[in-house]
Amino acid sequence: MAIEQHIPTTFLFGRLTWEAFPIHEPILVATFAGVVLGGLALLGAITYFRLWGFLWKEWFTSVDHKKIGIMYIVLGIVMLLRGFADAVMMRLQQALAFNGSEGYLPAHHYDQVFTAHGVIMIFFVAMPLVTGFMNFVMPLQIGARDVAFPFLNNFSFWMTVGGAVITMVSLFVGEYAQTGWLAYPPLSGIANSPYVGVDYYIWGLQVAGVGTTLSGINLIVTIIKMRCPGMTMMRMPIFTWTALCSNILIVAAFPVFTALLVLLALDRYVGTNFFTADNGGNPMMYVNLVWIWGHPEVYILILPAFGIFSEVTSTFSGKRLFGYSSMVYATVCITVLSYIVWLHHFFTMGSGASVNSFFGITTMIISIPTGAKLFNWLFTMFRGRIRYEPPMMWTVAFMLTFTIGGMTGVLLAVPPADFVLHNSLFLIAHFHNVIIGGVVFGLFAGIQFWFPKAFGFKLEPFWGKVSFWCWLTGYWLAFTPLYVLGLMGVTRRMRVFDDPSLQIWFLIAAIGAGVIACGIAAFLIQIGVSILRRDQLRDTTGDPWDGRTLEWATSSPPPAYNFAFTPVVREIDAWWDMKSAGYVRPTSGFIPIHMPKNTPAGMILAGLAVVCGLALVWYIWWLAALSFLGLIGYAIWHTFNYNRDYHIPATQVTATEDARGQLLAGRA
Amino acid sequence: MSAGHPEAAHGAHEARHGAHHDPHEAPHGTYESYTRGFVLSVILTAIPFILVMFRPIDSAGYTAAIVLACALIQILVHMIYFLHMSPKAEGGWLLLSTVFTIVLVVIALAGSLWIVYHLNSNMMPSMGEMPNIERPYDE
Repeated sequence: MAIEQHIPTTFLFGRLTWEAFPIHEPILVATFAGVVLGGLALLGAITYFRLWGFLWKEWFTSVDHKKIGIMYIVLGIVMLLRGFADAVMMRLQQALAFNGSEGYLPAHHYDQVFTAHGVIMIFFVAMPLVTGFMNFVMPLQIGARDVAFPFLNNFSFWMTVGGAVITMVSLFVGEYAQTGWLAYPPLSGIANSPYVGVDYYIWGLQVAGVGTTLSGINLIVTIIKMRCPGMTMMRMPIFTWTALCSNILIVAAFPVFTALLVLLALDRYVGTNFFTADNGGNPMMYVNLVWIWGHPEVYILILPAFGIFSEVTSTFSGKRLFGYSSMVYATVCITVLSYIVWLHHFFTMGSGASVNSFFGITTMIISIPTGAKLFNWLFTMFRGRIRYEPPMMWTVAFMLTFTIGGMTGVLLAVPPADFVLHNSLFLIAHFHNVIIGGVVFGLFAGIQFWFPKAFGFKLEPFWGKVSFWCWLTGYWLAFTPLYVLGLMGVTRRMRVFDDPSLQIWFLIAAIGAGVIACGIAAFLIQIGVSILRRDQLRDTTGDPWDGRTLEWATSSPPPAYNFAFTPVVREIDAWWDMKSAGYVRPTSGFIPIHMPKNTPAGMILAGLAVVCGLALVWYIWWLAALSFLGLIGYAIWHTFNYNRDYHIPATQVTATEDARGQLLAGRA
Repeated sequence: MSAGHPEAAHGAHEARHGAHHDPHEAPHGTYESYTRGFVLSVILTAIPFILVMFRPIDSAGYTAAIVLACALIQILVHMIYFLHMSPKAEGGWLLLSTVFTIVLVVIALAGSLWIVYHLNSNMMPSMGEMPNIERPYDE
């Protein structure tokens, strides 16, 4: 094998040596010190307040879809801080590196920063947040007790965490990829990236990808098999519909990415030539395959956000959603169409005019169902009694921002225009416009909307509004200059600039990033303030927004079993229908409820997967083999664990429901 | 079948075994259908082997075509006899998801072949190929 000739390895530690620890880079050392101090403070606090047992029993080993959903969202928010720190570093570098200045980041470090920013924001911020919402909300919306495979759900979550851990380790041990977030070969091949960066990329995403795919299967089965009586497909809430389509996309698209990373890993580890520039390899095939996954991926993220906006719009307009069935058909259309547009990511690769025009036209077509959705939301608001609470503010901001992003997208879909704008900051501005203006705004709307359901008290609106306005103005300040720069021909991923007249735009963009930072800070303050004032903000009704779908029918937070009796549905907007029909909550006749038991197996399996991934990164073959065998062995052993369920006794159900009855009575 | 009631679901499951009326019930094979599927797959495997090992047909093209046809029929046999696929199984979901999968696989394969073929024909020709470059898109 060619690899071992270049890099000295030892049996015990592979290619891991003391040089792998970047003690000579002051930025990393300071960060490391900060992480260690912060980490120790956190662990100390958990120990001081004796929370280990609580966290282990109630959260880490939990198979409750609501707790797993919340843990996904916490993971997404924590990783948002890391990904955003990368963004600030880039904005600062680009604002400084003018007039002969090299900025403060050396090329090696800067390239890792932009790669890590992209990977983390998509795979470890947007994906966990989206999956978290689908996990928390969807089973409640369809009146189910849990997802179809509760243990698998816990395992999927911990695999996602495992991928994030592998990616984060690269910050302090070795390096991360310097290839950009999709690791195109031949740059990501062993010849051009001989060290560990790309290997961290591969194994981090493979481990997380297992979790994503399995949770996709889990949630599809849940939606198809576990809807409560009466909830036909065309009575499902729109968020559940978008969750279904999004998970279908996950299950269909992620295996392509997994296979692709396997091929890239074979190129790097055993000297195959799938994507090398010579010996018969074809790097273009990687680009082709990565976008067969990558384009559906953007719809995986945006569809659930569309679902959130639909729920928020109809709730805060006090109206049934306009054009429910057209919304469903638009979602399904987007699901299928998202598979026939992938070439628009590489118009300039060299296919001829017929290929480019085909994919250009399909790309323009996909904007039609999306436009139909926008009109549905507008018509829902039309003559509605609109309440501008924070979730609705995010939604209206989305409609304005996302429309601009959609228009620049259709502009880029025209191949001749794309030849001018490809790889420029115009593209960067476009996809941040749709991902921040669509996905991120949607997730914030969702957090403001469902927080009271998850924790039993509303989020404090003042800091929510501060956060909202900072994000909105910050977004426009940070990315409008990039549109301008892109039109002037500035390419992405540049570290230093020659033309001093460009600096002002980068300064404005850096200020925008600062304003977004205030938005993130305000959001964290909002959570803190809300926890302190939770007694004033308490939601005793379980239905703080006058909601329309079933998740508002149960208490806030919902009991472990969600619904004491499985609801029966007669209409779209089931809970609204129940309320208008004078629904009376059952107060007696409760029976024991059969529930799945907590298990540490998911955490153990994911832990072994992390060890295996890190061993593969560092060529520590004995450890990789051992941990892989452990992984398979433990998984098989776990299948023989038949002690997986228990009953919540009827007396306990009665007590929980009586307590809720008293809460409801106290309000009246 | 909710996770909350595996026991109840098991009971119902057993009760349903007798009568095959529920469209949501996972379909079961019989001894006879498994045998039929097994025999068919053996035949469909044997034909390509014979064709390739003893070469009864001279034309390599025809041989390849028959081998591929056997492979396609083999896939169908597996889907019908071993995966118990039928339009009615699982309330139609099985058929729907199969059709969806086939559509996506065809899109991905045909699209990739088209794109890469087109791309290669646009590559700068190496010296040897110079005189007769194929340019399929030039009408």
